[in-house]
Amino acid sequence: MSGQNHMKLSFASRSENEAFARVAVAAFVSQLDPTMEQLDEIKTVVSEAVTNAIIHGYDGRTDGIVTVEAELDGDSVSLSVSDQGKGIEDLDLARQPLFTSRPELERSGMGFTIMENFMDEFDAVSSVSGGTTLRMKKRIESKKALFN
Amino acid sequence: MGETFVELVTRQAEWGRGNGRMSLQVELEQQRNVLIVRLRGELDHHTADIVRFKMEDAILRGRCDHVVLSLKDLQFMDSSGLGVILGRYKLIKSRGGKMVVCDTQPSVKRLFELSGLFKILSFYDNERTAVASLEVVS
Repeated sequence: MSGQNHMKLSFASRSENEAFARVAVAAFVSQLDPTMEQLDEIKTVVSEAVTNAIIHGYDGRTDGIVTVEAELDGDSVSLSVSDQGKGIEDLDLARQPLFTSRPELERSGMGFTIMENFMDEFDAVSSVSGGTTLRMKKRIESKKALFN
Repeated sequence: MGETFVELVTRQAEWGRGNGRMSLQVELEQQRNVLIVRLRGELDHHTADIVRFKMEDAILRGRCDHVVLSLKDLQFMDSSGLGVILGRYKLIKSRGGKMVVCDTQPSVKRLFELSGLFKILSFYDNERTAVASLEVVS
């Protein structure tokens, strides 16, 4: 059992940072020797969470701060993505597939569904005007483990 | 298959440098009444507008009835990508045309499946068969 390793990134709520965040987290998680599929899932999930923070948490404003944390513990990765934006009024509704609070933006409404599908554990905490934190966990069955 | 940390970071850095600030490229080609849209790079919220504007412009100005989305070189897509594709699908459909998709990477295909878009769009192995399917339609 290796010891815990963790990282924390805070960055401006600008859309060009979506790619930065998912690549940074993927690079960090690559220490667990995930498959390409697992790495794609992690990148997608980070992209969804950060995009949500920017579009919904901060309404597209670029002066907000998005914080991404990742922790490796054994063969699991825990992620947390948080903002100090406006929060989500109805979390149950937000988690419904195809629901979007911003239909004028051509959103697919699939963000939460994708995060829940690609991760083993998913939890959202939000308060109106207090911001939102998404916490997720995924077990990485590394290729090393599969071969042994 | 698996990349080391350094390989991954190097690849991403080279990708970024090679493309300047654009992490997505859109190539358009018209074949008779079919618009072929080739997406290269990463389609997310940040790059979705490029696809929206370029496709909208080509569809509204051009004489295309149908669209082939050719995704061989699309390395990444998230739900923002699904949104912009769904939007163009609705536009094409409202004009009586058809949109088909070809050459998807496994990770991109999985997102189409998960979202249910797999049921409303037709998928083909390559551009040739995708274009051929539309010539039968029109």
